[in-house]
Amino acid sequence: MIKPGEIAVVGAAETTKLGVIPEMAQIMLHADAALNAMADAGLKPSDIDGVACVGPMMPQQIAHYLGITPKWVDGTAVGGCSFMLHVRHAAAAISAGYCSTVLITHGESGRSRVAATPRPPEPESLNGQFEAPFGPLGPPTLFPIPVLRYMKTYGVTHEDLAMVSVVQREWAGKNPRAMYRDPITVEDVLNSRMIAYPFRILQCCLVTDGGGALILTSADRAKNFPTKPVYILGTGESVETTMVSQMEDFTSSRAFRVAGPTAMQMAGIKHEDVDHLMIYDAFAHLPLYGLEDLGFCKRGEAAAFIREGNTRPGGKLPLNTNGGGLSYAHTGMYGMFALQESVRQMRGTAPAQVSGAKISVCHGVGGMFSASGTVVFSNEKP
Amino acid sequence: MLAPGRAKPKPTPETKHFWDGCKEGKLLLQRCGDTGKAYFPPRPFSPFTGTRNVSVFQASGRAKLHSYVIHHRPVPGFTPPYAIAVVELEEGPRMMTNIIDCEQTPEALQLDMSLEVAFVPMDEEITLPLFRPAKGA
Repeated sequence: MIKPGEIAVVGAAETTKLGVIPEMAQIMLHADAALNAMADAGLKPSDIDGVACVGPMMPQQIAHYLGITPKWVDGTAVGGCSFMLHVRHAAAAISAGYCSTVLITHGESGRSRVAATPRPPEPESLNGQFEAPFGPLGPPTLFPIPVLRYMKTYGVTHEDLAMVSVVQREWAGKNPRAMYRDPITVEDVLNSRMIAYPFRILQCCLVTDGGGALILTSADRAKNFPTKPVYILGTGESVETTMVSQMEDFTSSRAFRVAGPTAMQMAGIKHEDVDHLMIYDAFAHLPLYGLEDLGFCKRGEAAAFIREGNTRPGGKLPLNTNGGGLSYAHTGMYGMFALQESVRQMRGTAPAQVSGAKISVCHGVGGMFSASGTVVFSNEKP
Repeated sequence: MLAPGRAKPKPTPETKHFWDGCKEGKLLLQRCGDTGKAYFPPRPFSPFTGTRNVSVFQASGRAKLHSYVIHHRPVPGFTPPYAIAVVELEEGPRMMTNIIDCEQTPEALQLDMSLEVAFVPMDEEITLPLFRPAKGA
């Protein structure tokens, strides 16, 4: 088994621009982020021998576009947390000696749709037969389907769910690259345009263009790079179902309950060791499910935990410190941006830096509670 | 008949019996031969134990409203606002559907309300299983 701290992140960057980038095709967003990450690590394409990116035929597209001859590739595509799984798989591959330096890229023209990937369900797929006929229109109509059941089970109110967006906007206000930075109130959230009851526009993620890239290598090489190494202590992954209607429990994600604890056990850390937390927030209920399924709160207690200020600036568990998918950026697959913020926090370079943070947990979701990946980072080698 | 424009399901060999059943006014589920538990969506083996010893049976059509959203944007075949619901069948499995003969409001759509299946044709090939408030409920 791979040891905590055996592998490190030595390069990390986002696309030069973030938000609205109509002048770049999707593949160039990958490349722009990759070039920035290679510059960050002081590497050239010829130094990379492993490539991971999301989707069928994508590793060869990206490797060829960048001029890389890989010895190892990973095209795992389980939605927006795919990058957490890429980190896990790449760490194992480096540890096994399959390759030494892995580049993980993401680029998505989610807003401008320049040479973007189409995503309709095939009519003979299970989603096409048993969900699509009932009128869903993308994630805003599917992801919130379990929310009313969660609210009824735990007595959570609309005001509680609105607080998630309010607190994340507080973090976004500290981040010059966040798309939305003006403070909002619970009333603003509850008066914003209804999208799919119970969720309004301010409880749904942004739709932006952008990308990011990470470079991983073994910890013994990591100290020779220009930036402070960020060590990978533990990782976890799981999947449940592509159909939100078929998830086992509408108040909890089975994939979260596997990926999160696996990563934390592998890292050998307890909840009180965590200084900084990212929970992929495609919609306002995700931080609640994440806090509970990863064991930071008991079942049904996450709303109160957020309402009481524990996750806001100055709170005891800083959460989604870039502003999250709700206020920072969301290309369609936000997991890469959550990882980038964890790396910045561990390097000490985040715009809303958590002072003295040593351990960051980064937890992702793919599809509508369809998949999950978790990575535990540290700036100290155990 | 449903308004045109909805995404139309295309049955596969594994799901054809379900869609044929809907056309005949029957909600067909499958049961695991090892555990006796019902499951959905259709497949010719049990998701609980992997056994191929499974049987098709007709469900009661009774269900409770498990959760939903009310969508407020236009979608072909729908007039917003409309609910996209998940119901829990009496036999255990859950399925996505729409709720008909009911106002599409949070006040009218109460979680755990009793529902019954209503088969509504899309065209001569496909009939969808929708749900309405149960009579006498």
